[in-house]
Order: sequence, then C-alpha cells, then structure tokens
Amino acid sequence: MTTYAMVIDTRTCIGCGDCVVACKNENKVPAGLNRDWVVEATRGEYPNLETEFRSERCNHCGHATCVTNCPTGASHYWKDTNIVLVAAEKCTGCKACIAACPYDARLIMHPEGYVDKCTFCHHRVDRGLDPACVSTCPTRCMHFGILDDRDSIVSRLLRERRYKTLMPETGNDPHVYYLL
Amino acid sequence: MIEEVLVTARYNPKVDPSLGIWTWEIAFYLFLGGMAAGIMLFAAWAVLGRRENALAFAHNRFALWAPVVLSLGMTTLFLDLEYKLHVFRFYTSFEPSSPMSWGAWVLVLIYPLMLVQTLSTLRTGYPTLAGLVERIPGGAVILSLCEHRRRLIAWLVIPLAVGLGIYTGVLLSAFSARPFWNSGILGPLFLVSGMSTAAVLPILAGAHPQERHFFEITDMALIAVELVLIALFLINLATGAAQHMDALALVTGGPYTAPFWLWFVLPGLLVPIVFELAGLRGYRGLGLVAGVLVVYGGFMLRYLMVDIGQASTWTDYALQFDPQLLQRLMQ
Ligand code: SF4
Ligand code: SF4
Repeated sequence: MTTYAMVIDTRTCIGCGDCVVACKNENKVPAGLNRDWVVEATRGEYPNLETEFRSERCNHCGHATCVTNCPTGASHYWKDTNIVLVAAEKCTGCKACIAACPYDARLIMHPEGYVDKCTFCHHRVDRGLDPACVSTCPTRCMHFGILDDRDSIVSRLLRERRYKTLMPETGNDPHVYYLL
Repeated sequence: MIEEVLVTARYNPKVDPSLGIWTWEIAFYLFLGGMAAGIMLFAAWAVLGRRENALAFAHNRFALWAPVVLSLGMTTLFLDLEYKLHVFRFYTSFEPSSPMSWGAWVLVLIYPLMLVQTLSTLRTGYPTLAGLVERIPGGAVILSLCEHRRRLIAWLVIPLAVGLGIYTGVLLSAFSARPFWNSGILGPLFLVSGMSTAAVLPILAGAHPQERHFFEITDMALIAVELVLIALFLINLATGAAQHMDALALVTGGPYTAPFWLWFVLPGLLVPIVFELAGLRGYRGLGLVAGVLVVYGGFMLRYLMVDIGQASTWTDYALQFDPQLLQRLMQ
C-alpha cells in the first residue's frame, strides 16, 4: 500500500484560507459546503499567548473508521493507497461514515444526497500533481508526497522537524501532519 | 487555556456546528426493531413453554405484530436515507466490518422467519386471515407445514431475534468516533428495552388476566435489568478516558441532564415499575398507564441516545463567523 501524506507547517501558515478557496474551485464544491477549513488555535494565558493556524481536511486515515463502517463499500481506499474516496454510485446516504469520522471531515453533497469529502485531489495525484490546496498556498506551507519514499519532501520534513497529527489517540492513523 | 476557532466558513448541513445527521427516523427504527425482536421472542417463548392456555395471546396472536412493527421501522429507516434510489446498494455487497451491513443481511433471514412464525399461528390466532391464505393455491399446505414445525421455528427465532435486538444497540456502539455510544452495554440494553416494550403490548391489547399478570411481572423484571444496565453504562463512561467523561457530563449537569433523567429515566422506567406494582395489586388502570409509559420510555431511550451520541465528539470548534450570513449569500 502506498501511503500519501500532507505535511503542513503551522509556523508558516497565516490562515489566509486560500487552500479552502482552491479546493472549492478545483472540485466544484457547491456553495455552503466545505471539504477543508482553517482552525486558529490559541494557547496560554494573556499575555503569554501562542497561536497556531491549521488547515484541516480528511486525514486519509490508515485505519479509516468511515471505510470500516460503510455498509455498501461506497467509502473505499483508492488504488491500494490510503486515499479514502466515496463512490457516489454506491452511496445510499445512510450517513454511517459521517458518524464514524472522529474528525467530522465528511459532508452531505446536496442536493444529490451522497456523501462527499476531501479526495487529496486524487485526479491530480494520478497525473503526478499536488492537490489543489497544496499548489495554491501562497506561503508554501503545505507539502504533499509519498510517506514510504525516504527522499520525498514529506518524509524529509518529518525527519527534520517536530510534528504532530490530530488526535492520534482515535486510533485512526491520520496522515495529515502538522509541523510545530 | 486553549481556544480553537474556525477562521474559514465551515457550516456543512447536519455536520456543523454539531452533528445532527440522525433524528427521529433512526430513533424510531431502533425502537421498533427492538420491539419486533421482543415480540418474536415472547411469541417463541409461549410456544416452547407450551403455554397455549396461560399465554394465549402470545401463543396465537402476537407473532403477526412483529413483521408489522419491523416494517414500520424499516419505513422510517428508508426515510432517513439521503440517496433513496440507491437503497438496493445494501444488497450488492457484504461488508463484514460494518454493523449496518450485517443488519441489512440479517433482515434477509429475519423476514422469512417472521413470516413462517406468523403463518404457524394464523389458523388459531387470525382465522379470517388464515382463510384468505388458504384460498391461495398451496396456502393450506404451507399453513399446515408451518403449524407442524412450530417448535422448530420457535427455536430458530430465539437466536435471530436476540441478534436483532442486540444489533439495534451495536449499530450505535460501533462508532468509536462518538464516545457516548462507544460502549458494549448498548447492545444488551437495547435488547432488554426492546423486550420490555414488547412485554407491555399484550397488556395494552387486553389479554386475559392471567396473561396480563405474567407480562406485568416479566416487564418489572426487565425494567429492573434495564436500570442496572443503565447504571453500568454510566459507570463505564465515568471510568473511561477524557472523551468518555466529557460525554457523561452531557447527562450529569450538561444540556441533556433534564431530558435524560426527567423525560426518560423517571417517566419511562421508574414510574412504570411502581405503576405495574400497583397494577398487580388490582389497580388495572395504573397497569395500563404503565404500559403506555414503557412504550414511551423505549422510544425516548432511542431518541435521546441517538441525539446525545451525536453531541459527544472528539472535535469541538467554535464558529467565528455568523452562519446566517452564509445563508443570506446563498439565497
Ligand atoms: S478523517 Fe474521517 S473521513 Fe477522512 S479517512 Fe479519517 S475517518 Fe475517514
Ligand atoms: S453514506 Fe454512503 S459512503 Fe457513507 S457509509 Fe453510507 S453508503 Fe457509505
């Protein structure tokens, strides 16, 4: 299995939200719906405050509970990778996968009714391109690549820098990494 | 202190600001599924215990109620699907890791079994219906065959109905992402609650006094077990990890405290058990009120569980923008 990872530098991210706009454009996400979003986390007591911006989306989990809970196989791993997709023609809209995602990363594609989410722009990845959010980021704080490849930019960054994933204690094995 | 706010708009319908994907439709389905399992169990029990006289209603008439109740539940489940045309997709694959997939396939076994269980009781319980079936070519033979195999059918019903009852709880408990649901006790709890709501039906349907007496005593025992299971469920949350303790706080001081204790535990469990006791002492009216309250409590249990589970979460971001602005933009 090929493991793709997204590595986001919280020290460079300024929370501009361009990644969110890029995703909406690239994937024609209807108005009012979002596959990615930016969180501003502030820690500490005034005046010793520390702020971190995090661009968040589906974590393309190695142990994706959305996939294990899907009753029809609509939620699946793409081509023996960790990229989790939804096959619209198989989706009943039962919403089990939405309940099963601890990151609340899924949404209902209205008016059609099937369930949607970040795809890591697999249609671009297939052509050797980065996801739209990664290529758009004006501060170049987002990186994408294959984790199993030691020479990839993501492997290198994770070797060189301190990082975290969101709530690894869910047991979902998330693959969006945040550099600290 | 840590404060996490969304700085870009995120207001996905039914997901933000807090999960609301499942409402009364799923609660009704879980409630009726449990009740159907309970009905099948009591009907089978009456046959296996050879109680055709003492439990005449359960023995002869109860089985027919199960497919009616379950079909009603299946209807509300169908109503909940966002993509109704794709309902057949449940049957184009079997996903062993998905409880919902198991549930869909178990129904394929349950329905025929319900049908033969009902057919085996039709001549004694519903002669008019039996007459109609007999008019169909081969109908009389099938009825006789089912009657003849009544005990075998009852034996088969027991494990499958227990499975159906437990399944209604496992459906929720399988979601590790929702700490309030993530407890193995939900399965037995929903099974016992389903049996309890089924046990009061013969009382409400006017079974004869001896049978009412049996079901009143049975239901009191079931409610007592239910209370113990609820206590264990809460203890389990209280002794869990941070997410479980946060989930427990929703019903111990949090926004669901009054609904849980005052709308469910008190009127749905404690009052009925007292009224049933009074019913046994000859206050028939109170026994009937208890029956209605038990049915209400059974539904409330599912309704609140579905709701509270969705409120318990791993992520909890505050919204920094006004979602109404977004709605205005979309008009
Ligand atoms: S983040 Fe949620 S939707 Fe994405 S793979 Fe993990 S469980 Fe599935
Ligand atoms: S909503 Fe669709 S993708 Fe999600 S679990 Fe149900 S069938 Fe699978």
